Amino acid sequence: MAEWETIAPKNKALGWFEERLPILSLVHNVVGPGTPTPRNLNYWWNFGSLAGLMLVVQIISGIVLAMHYTPDTALAFDSVERITRDVNYGWLIRPMHANGASFFFIAVYIHILRGLYYGSYKAPREVLWMLGLVIFLLMMATAFMGYVLPWGQMSFWGATVITNLFSAIPVVGDSIVTLLWGGFSVDNPTLNRFFSLHFLLPFVILGVVILHIWAKKVSDSGNPLGIEVKSGADQIPFHPFYTIKDAFGVGVFFTIFATFIFFMPDAMGHPDNFIPADSLVTPDSIVPEWYFLPFYAILRSITFDIGIPGTDIVFIPAKLLGVIAMFASILLLFALPWLDTSKVRSARFRPVYKILFWVFVAVMVLLTIVGGKKPEGIWPVLGLLGTAYYFAHFLIFLPLLGKYEKTLPLPESISNPVIKAAE
Amino acid sequence: MKFTKHLAIALVSVVGIAGAAMASGADKHPEKQKWSSDGPLGQYDQASLQRGWQVYKQVCSSCHALKYFRFRNLADLGYNVDEIKAFAQEYEVAGEPDDAGDETVRAALPQDVFPSPFANDNAARASNGGALPPDLSLMTRARHDGKNYMYSLITGYGTKAPEGREIAADKSYNPYFKGGQISMAPPLFEGAVEYDAGQPEATPEQMAHDVVEFLSYVGDPTLGQRHELGFKVIAFLLLMTIIFFFSMKKIWRSVKAGKNFYEEE
Amino acid sequence: MSTTEHTTHDEEDAGRRDFLHVAAAGMAGVGATLAMWPFVDQMNPAADTLALATVEVDISSIGEGEAIVIKWRGKPIFIRHRTAAEIAEAEGVALSDLIDKETDGERVRGEAKWLVLVGTCTHLGCVPLGTKSGDDKGEFGGWFCPCHGSHYDTSGRIRKGPAPKNLAVPTYAFVTDTLIKIG
Repeated sequence: MAEWETIAPKNKALGWFEERLPILSLVHNVVGPGTPTPRNLNYWWNFGSLAGLMLVVQIISGIVLAMHYTPDTALAFDSVERITRDVNYGWLIRPMHANGASFFFIAVYIHILRGLYYGSYKAPREVLWMLGLVIFLLMMATAFMGYVLPWGQMSFWGATVITNLFSAIPVVGDSIVTLLWGGFSVDNPTLNRFFSLHFLLPFVILGVVILHIWAKKVSDSGNPLGIEVKSGADQIPFHPFYTIKDAFGVGVFFTIFATFIFFMPDAMGHPDNFIPADSLVTPDSIVPEWYFLPFYAILRSITFDIGIPGTDIVFIPAKLLGVIAMFASILLLFALPWLDTSKVRSARFRPVYKILFWVFVAVMVLLTIVGGKKPEGIWPVLGLLGTAYYFAHFLIFLPLLGKYEKTLPLPESISNPVIKAAE
Repeated sequence: MKFTKHLAIALVSVVGIAGAAMASGADKHPEKQKWSSDGPLGQYDQASLQRGWQVYKQVCSSCHALKYFRFRNLADLGYNVDEIKAFAQEYEVAGEPDDAGDETVRAALPQDVFPSPFANDNAARASNGGALPPDLSLMTRARHDGKNYMYSLITGYGTKAPEGREIAADKSYNPYFKGGQISMAPPLFEGAVEYDAGQPEATPEQMAHDVVEFLSYVGDPTLGQRHELGFKVIAFLLLMTIIFFFSMKKIWRSVKAGKNFYEEE
Repeated sequence: MSTTEHTTHDEEDAGRRDFLHVAAAGMAGVGATLAMWPFVDQMNPAADTLALATVEVDISSIGEGEAIVIKWRGKPIFIRHRTAAEIAEAEGVALSDLIDKETDGERVRGEAKWLVLVGTCTHLGCVPLGTKSGDDKGEFGGWFCPCHGSHYDTSGRIRKGPAPKNLAVPTYAFVTDTLIKIG
């Protein structure tokens, strides 16, 4: 951790304030000139700030939408239509929020993949990584509940299917589902509590983001070479170098974001959500938002019970196994710092891991596609294969790779990228 | 640049996945039509909107409601206040209860919703052989490739059902409809609506095009505003990003030259 | 690398570099400021609210000496068909006797018998009595606000009590002799 520098503003009033609440020092030391940062961060390091900015966009647009939205099953759909039709700039703010969720997930997924590629989760950054996963889980809960609020067909049936997952839990499952619903099906009480929690959780996320940045300050940023900072020559001040680089990234990202908002606001949505919720008619196929598809595919890929073959004895029924697989797929990421036994962080010096990483990315894309298809023909098979690879990647390949992979020699330092003689 | 390539691949796959065709369960995919609102600079065609409103009013509105459309919205079609009042006055809506508490009716006003043809869904089903004519307010967005789908559906009658497909006596075969059997009779025929002088001839295809144009306006009334502002916003963001880029290059020059910021060289 | 060369190079660039960075910061500032407007403007009345901002009222059924209350922009509007005696009384008051000096002629828009007022007391916003036939009309035969005892005359002018101003006259016009458009 770099030394903490104290700022003493020349302006008297400012100095008086700073002595009592050193907010300038905080900025200076966390994202300012007083934050030595590895000089070799590439553009993949932009996505952290982009994710943070998307959280701000979502909170601001969300608060505004909440001023006009009505969480009542009879009025919710109409109130959303009123926002886009009659509220000043509602036609802009609503697609901003809906597409903003997608772009938040795009930024976060790239941020996570960057961490996987460059080994950002390894010591001493395990807690930083786990806080990130907590943010990810909270985001998924928030996005899921937010999607229910417009009370379209996909809102209603998505909520029904996902809350029903909990019914797979033995003994108490049905009671938990009734508790979640506040009734005997997804209905007005469900909508009300989802609205309340959808409003609350983003602020919880904001709190965890602050912890995440704090942990980053303590352990310092990683870097593409995955080697520790050796001297001042390896570092540059965060401001102005990474502030302007982040600003450039925001420019590019927002241009793409704006293209979606203004010219294809429905591209990432589902047409069925323009049909008001009807508890008597199920849509042809219930598809979650694209960012949930890989996990939805894992959930659906398990279609077999675990028991004693040849008998009727079942230990874990398929439904429960699917739910376990889905939750496990995310929870096992908490153990990743210990599952990956390699001493080398960056995939640049890990030729085999590099290949496996891209296989993993391809599998995630495959699972995303499978999640959006009806479970017929080849798709369930591909889903099962993808799921199998997902778990094998983390539970078998990574632990073994640390022992058997022949890594490339590491550079001496960031500022002097001369390769150390092969050891 | 490697980064750009990766980003491009990522975006293309995301868009590809999002746009992946959903199984429609119909015999035929919708036919592609040209719409003036297509493309980033697309705008609705006012003359077509007005003709489409005429078709909706004279044909569709006898069965299909339009609950998010208010008479005042006709201003977007180019009608003035007096014309809008005149349109509204042709319809009756429920008024305040009178002094005796009995229900009353009054002429519609610009702020009123276009009245539904049926009192409720059950009444609608009862008058339509058990089938519910859906509300059309959002139909162009509630179906995949909505505008082309609706145009194809309206003009897609007249072909014979494939061998072995039973079509009930009071239903029609329509290859664009899910399952192929539709309760709606062919809605448009030659002379169903008479267009004003100077307008194109009211062929079924022309009427279908106009009414879909009108319904896509009702589904997405702010498309014009969105496209106009969007163009400006994108231009601004591009300029800003370019300036950021050159500013970044300047600032980073000393880093690229290998300057050490923390120790004397 | 020669230090001198480096310095000259830096100085040459200084002007352009500054301009570039100022332009970058300026664009960001302007962009952020413009982007704030939709989030502020959304709090203004929406199109459906504005569509109800003008109402047309048929006043033909209000008999002489009667008054009605209608709701306009969430507030009560009093429409009173005044008797000849009430008009005479309103017109006969000397301006010097008034707290908020206005002649009766300034407060009507068509025939003198029609008086249209915003029915909220100018003191603290209560709705004065006097519209319904059995109401207490106050000492001056117009309206009486029970909250803090303000008395209004037959022209809706404040005559006694804590209210500082006359009952407001909304923007309205006669479309025909018996149809008025408020707003």
